[in-house]
Amino acid sequence: MIRRIFAIASVTWTELVRLKVFYFLIIFALLVIGNSFFLARFSFEEEFQMLKDISLGAMSIFSSLLAILATATLLPKDIEDRTIYTILAKPVSRTEYLLGKLSGVFLLLALSVLLMGAVFAVVLTMRVQNVLQVTEADMAGMPAADIAAALAKIRQTGHDPNLLSGGLVIMIKAWLLAALTLFISTFATTAIFTTISAFAVYFIGHLQATARDYWLAANDSGFFTHAILGAVALIFPDLQAFNLVDDIVAGTPVPLVLLAKTVALGCGYIAVYTALAAAVFHGREL
Amino acid sequence: MTAMRPALTWLVAAGAILLFGLARLPVEKALAASHQSAHLRTAKLDLGLREQIGQLSFVAALSGFRSLVAAFLWIEAHTAWEQTAWGRMAGLFESVTTLQPRSLIYWDLASWHMAWNASVAARENPAEPSEFLRMRAEREYHKLGRSLLERGIANNPDSYLLQERLGIILRDKFGDHSAAADAFTRAASLPGAPAYLKRMAAYELADSGDREREAYEQLRTIFQLGESERLPRVLTLLHELEGKLGIPVADRLVPVLPADQPPES
Repeated sequence: MIRRIFAIASVTWTELVRLKVFYFLIIFALLVIGNSFFLARFSFEEEFQMLKDISLGAMSIFSSLLAILATATLLPKDIEDRTIYTILAKPVSRTEYLLGKLSGVFLLLALSVLLMGAVFAVVLTMRVQNVLQVTEADMAGMPAADIAAALAKIRQTGHDPNLLSGGLVIMIKAWLLAALTLFISTFATTAIFTTISAFAVYFIGHLQATARDYWLAANDSGFFTHAILGAVALIFPDLQAFNLVDDIVAGTPVPLVLLAKTVALGCGYIAVYTALAAAVFHGREL
Repeated sequence: MTAMRPALTWLVAAGAILLFGLARLPVEKALAASHQSAHLRTAKLDLGLREQIGQLSFVAALSGFRSLVAAFLWIEAHTAWEQTAWGRMAGLFESVTTLQPRSLIYWDLASWHMAWNASVAARENPAEPSEFLRMRAEREYHKLGRSLLERGIANNPDSYLLQERLGIILRDKFGDHSAAADAFTRAASLPGAPAYLKRMAAYELADSGDREREAYEQLRTIFQLGESERLPRVLTLLHELEGKLGIPVADRLVPVLPADQPPES
């Protein structure tokens, strides 16, 4: 079973790479490098803060877009090319086929987040080194303790190990979106419907927490409003739970237990959406 | 029978989604509470912000790109600064700090721009002939800087930096040494606070006029920390306060200032 899933995953990966999806990395790199030049006019604290804001924000945008757009085309393309019939005619179950497809997308997303993170880390390190050199030259002749304190502050402002948890949460959110999009595509008839629906769920998912809080709180909203809020809270995923990057870049650390709980919730979503996708796809007429 | 199968599948899928929704509800609620107690997901995005930043930015902020929108607004504020458009800067700072309430640098620099740069520009505004109005505008910017720091502290109660900056504004712009001393004392008690904050609190207490006994007690404690803390200002203030408070000569820590001591033979 693992071998069959792996084979489909590697084919999916190759297909996606041939679609030149990694070209977006060039745009990401240009954005980060261009910004680093532009931001050099600010104080180093502002510069590092905004470099983190923009880079992690862009990582979040690109990974979410990639997750939805890459996954939405998987099933319709295979059906259109009739590749799916060739695959399912072999001793491959529909669940294995879906798991293989999803694994290929997961691999692509993981590598994308990793590469974007690497570009960001290199640019940030280069900027930190540059600021360190300039400060050291400017402070030449001052007491060694003062120089050491100033350099330590620059290093502390620039490097934040918490950013790694930001990258992890971005990846989990992208995986969740991929699983959700795959679930939608198992009953959708076209790729465009899947894409639009996935984006709609994406936006509503970010408001789910607000809807849930209103729904659970005793208030005097009418029956229909209450019912709609309840439906939003129960049907849509809580994507705000994975929006920790905004606070991580501001320097708020995420305790390890809390990070593990957030990742576990993401894995729960992925498992349920994949199971639902398998159930619906099993009954689908091809 | 075969026609029933897709319908049944759908019914099961819909039931599973609802059941999953019910099962995850308490988990998500608890996780949201844990996130907020760890100072995560604390930004309040409301209609006031929507009016400030426009619909597109608001949608982007709601969709998980708060930090990105904040960074672009900060760059816009920087451009406004270059054009000395202080009013526009104040509006942009409101938006940025609402979007990123846990980012210390935004609170710190926004309050600095308002209390120092904008206030001086308002006081020296050549377009305003009335001195009274210029001074009133200056005071308004001082208040704005202070208010930004107070809201920053409410959002970041664990930050010594913002408490320190509040102490500096209270001391330099409001001349309220007692309140400044309290701010420095709070700052000194927070994690990671540098040692000089205790001294700054004691200096402000000594300058407050009506808390000299308190200032003396604090300066004594600082003095007893060791040689490295016995800075010239600490010694001078201790010497003055010991005289003012009538401390018996035998109990005095600095009966004579080092500068006044006769050279050792």
